[in-house]
Order: sequence, then C-alpha cells, then structure tokens
Amino acid sequence: MADSQAIKAPSAVRERQKRADMRRNLFYIALIAIGLVAPFVAYPVFLMKILCFALFACAFNLLLGYAGLLSFGHAAFLATGGYVTGYLLASYPGLTPELGIIGGTLLATLLGFLFGVLSIRRQGIYFAMVTLALAQLVYFMFVQAPFTGGEDGLHGVPRGELFGFISLRSNLAMYYFVFAIFLFGFALIQRTVHSPFGQVLKAIRENEPRAISLGYNVDAYKLLAFVLSAALAGLAGSTKTVVFQLASLTDAHWHMSGEVILMTLLGGVGTLLGPLMGAGIVVSLQHVLAQSPLGNWVNVILGIIFVVCVLSFRSGIVGELGKMYRKNFK
Amino acid sequence: MRADDVVNGPVLETRGLTKEFRGFTAVDNVNLQVQEGHIHALIGPNGAGKTTVFNLLTKFLPPTRGEILYRGQPITSKKSNEIAQLGLVRSFQISAVFAHMTALENVRVALQRQLGTSFHFWKSEKSLDHLNDRAMELLNEVGLKEYADTLTVEMPYGRKRALEVATTLALDPTMMLLDEPTQGMGAEDVDRIVALIKRVSKGRTVLMVEHNLSVVSRLCDRITVLARGAVLAEGDYENVSRNPLVREAYMGSEAAEEEAAV
Repeated sequence: MADSQAIKAPSAVRERQKRADMRRNLFYIALIAIGLVAPFVAYPVFLMKILCFALFACAFNLLLGYAGLLSFGHAAFLATGGYVTGYLLASYPGLTPELGIIGGTLLATLLGFLFGVLSIRRQGIYFAMVTLALAQLVYFMFVQAPFTGGEDGLHGVPRGELFGFISLRSNLAMYYFVFAIFLFGFALIQRTVHSPFGQVLKAIRENEPRAISLGYNVDAYKLLAFVLSAALAGLAGSTKTVVFQLASLTDAHWHMSGEVILMTLLGGVGTLLGPLMGAGIVVSLQHVLAQSPLGNWVNVILGIIFVVCVLSFRSGIVGELGKMYRKNFK
Repeated sequence: MRADDVVNGPVLETRGLTKEFRGFTAVDNVNLQVQEGHIHALIGPNGAGKTTVFNLLTKFLPPTRGEILYRGQPITSKKSNEIAQLGLVRSFQISAVFAHMTALENVRVALQRQLGTSFHFWKSEKSLDHLNDRAMELLNEVGLKEYADTLTVEMPYGRKRALEVATTLALDPTMMLLDEPTQGMGAEDVDRIVALIKRVSKGRTVLMVEHNLSVVSRLCDRITVLARGAVLAEGDYENVSRNPLVREAYMGSEAAEEEAAV
C-alpha cells in the first residue's frame, strides 16, 4: 500500500471491510461447528443428501445469482458426475473413492465447457432453451448407453476406502468426507464471488454493454462461470453416487434441473447461504411428505411453494431475512 | 500518448460507412475524419443517426458497408472489447454505471483489467486493494472523492455521469467517444461536465454526440452535422452555424428539442 500518496481510499472503507470479514469468519466457524455436530443429532444419510443437493444448488446459484445466467440443463452435470464416478468405482475395484469423484467431476467439467461454448452467446430464454435441449440429449444418451443400466440405473457402487485406508462403510465417516467436500465447494464459490474474476462478473451482470466498452470479453467470463458451475454440480453428483452407492436417471431428468432452480429461488438467489437453506427445506419436505399420507402430493406442494415464493418473497428466505436485518439493525 | 505514430493523419477515420436496417438506411455513406487532439462534435436533429454511428464505430452494431480506420489501421472486423483495448473507449447515452457497486469499485473494475488477473477466481479481491489509491485519484479528478464509498445507485444523476468519465479515464484511453454527456442535466451539472471534459481531453482525442449547442460551441474544435444518416456539413462552429443548410435542417427542430431538454 502506498501510504505516502496524498489521496487514499477512505479508512471507513477499510474499516467496514475488516468488520465484514470478521463477521463472516465468525459465521463460518459457527456453520462448521453445526456441521460437525449435526450427525449426532440427525440421521447422517439424510444430512448427506442435503449436503449433496446444497452443493448442487450452490453451483447453480453461482451461475444464476452471480453471472445472471439461467441454465435449465444443470441435471446433465449432476448426472454425468454421478454416472462416471459410479462406473469408475464399480468397474475398477482398486480405485479409491476420491479418484472416482475426481474423474466424475472432470468429465462434468468437460461437458460444461461443451455446453458453455454452444450456449453462452445466447441471451435469456434462448440460453435456457439451448441448455435444456443439450441436457435432454445427454439424458437420452444415458438411457441408451450400456454402462448406465438404463431404466434400472447403476447399482452396487462400492464406497471403498478413502485414500486407500479410511473405510467409508460407516455413515459417520462418509458424512465427514461429504461435509469436507461441501465445505471445499462452498469455499471455492465464496472465493470466486469475492475474487478479481467475481468483480468482473458482477460488472457484467450490472451492465453488460459497459463491461464490453471497458474492454472485457464478456463471453469468456460467462463461459468460465459456466464451467465452474458445471464442475461443482458434477462434484455434487459424484459425491452423491458414492453416498447412495447408485446413480440413476432421476438425476439426469429435466425435473432435476427444475428442482435445483426451486431450491435456489426458495433459499435466495444471489445469496451465499440461500441454496443451502433451499436445499435443506426441499429435501426435508420430500423426506417428510414421502412418509405421510400426502406422499403423492409432493410435487403439487413443492409447486405451490414455488409459486408463493416467486409471487411474495422474490429474494428468497435468506434474501428476505437479509433485508429485514438491514432495515432493523442498521 | 503515441503522437509519433501518424503525423497529422486522422486518429479515426471512416470511409463510406453505411448501416441499413431492413431497407432503411440509418447511416448513409459517412466519411468522417477525427484529428488527433481535437474535440470533435457530431450533431444533428433527432434520428439523424448519431448514436448509430457511435455503435458502428465501437462495433456494438456491425456496419453494412464501409471501413473504419484507427491510426491508419483498419478495425472494421474487430470486436467491441478489442476496440476498447486499443484505447477507444465509449460512453453511453443513458448513464452506464455498475449500480450495485460503490463508486470506488466502479473505477477499480476498469483499472483491474490491466493487471491481467481478471480470470483468477481463486485469488482474493484483496489483491485489487493496491488499485484503490489510483481509483481515489481518478475519483478526485472528477470531484467525487466523498462518494467513494457510496453505492452508485444512490448517487445523483450528474454525479453518475462524472463517475462514468472517471471509469473511462481509468483505461487511459487515447480516444474517448462520449454519447450525449450532458443529456438530461441541470445547468449547474452541465457546466461541471463541460469543465471536466475540457480538463480530461488534454492529450486525448474526443468525439462526442451532443445536442446542447452551447456546450458544442464552448468545447469543440470541429463539428460534423448529420441529417438523415448523411453528412450535411463539416467545419468549425462559426462556419457550421452560418451554413444555411444546417440552419434549415437543424434549427428547425431545435426549438422542440430545447423544450424537451427543459
């Protein structure tokens, strides 16, 4: 920092930043603490399901909330991660789970790059439609491909031993592995949003023509955001396959692309915690409703929630809470 | 500034620049030459094609025909962002700021491009903090020091336009293209922007679209008058304002515009 210069950024800016940093750190410590204790309070497999979908929703949110791109084909990345990891682990018994997950994530990343190159120049609804069409293509490939098990899905994926010596057979061990992966993904998104790249992304979302006139090749920035989002969605899918030891067409279906939109909007698009909240609520609801007499009404109830959310609290639960906090405590 | 590149040649030149929209010719065979160091105005009645010319020059629209040369080099096939990287930076008719970023961040996002770390998603944004002081200097230059920490959406209109100038200056452009920089401003703001343009144009070339003739007369070295997409007249303010063709085409609608401006 050039302290000798006459004009400096106001110290208020730096003070505010410092305070925000501190609050953020405290918040994360609390979140991690909750995550560490959670499996002793709730059923670990249920928590892992939430974490996998939360990571998926966070990845989607990176694209919609921070790059302003609505993808309607994110199921393709979730499923690709899942199937590839499942195939690798089931066919090569020597492979450790983390390598299987890396493999699945890499392929989802590659697919994300392909999707991105083909769709990124389209705007708004056209972008959504191109991603949907491509995802349907991938869906039918998974229906037909010999290694996916078609309608039956891919079963009996071994959880194996992490790094070759930590058995993941116990749900508690598996949970902490999943939690670590979630934290990694969450931290990466948090960093991306608050990086030099994130600044440019924000500028593009705020005013695209102006960003162009400042010399930024906006398509390239959008593409990188898309690839990152696809990679993390793939990571979520890969992890999910290891947890449940199966990969199925449900993950590739366009319903899944819709569900992740619901999770993100419900929790709060463009907020860091919204997708986690949204995924938690949706997965819990599905879980609770499935055991109740309303089991057949799950989709109807989710649909109603979606409508209410869009009509009355558009910034989602976390977004609305944030607004209330700013109004009352600042 | 690379003044030694081309001696006395125009910085920016168009040859036969034409834009047709489905049979309607918005810009018709325009030959424009902007000299180094000039403040050059593009004027004309509403719908004369001024903004379209701007969009063609910066490739926000592809020309139907014609050529654009920058320092003698053809740039007709370049992309918008590449043109900006060459040092030709435009502003927009409506204020173009990043509304939910602070004034400081607005300027900094322009400064950060030169760092070459704009794709680095793994770096902290603290790695940009060393640009804050330069950003403050630029804000100070346009009289916005006290707004540094303000979200742009909360700034008054005239200040937003000044912020745009600071953001543009952050790129150290050789040439600035200003699209109606005083549009929609009160008299006081207009004076401030005129003084600002005069100040920051030192060592640079400016091409501006402007409706306000008093601004044009105070600032500009050379004026091109467009009417119905074609060049009607060109010269300094004295000559242009005495040209009977210009008076007929332009002044006829001026009264109405003057009213609209109020």
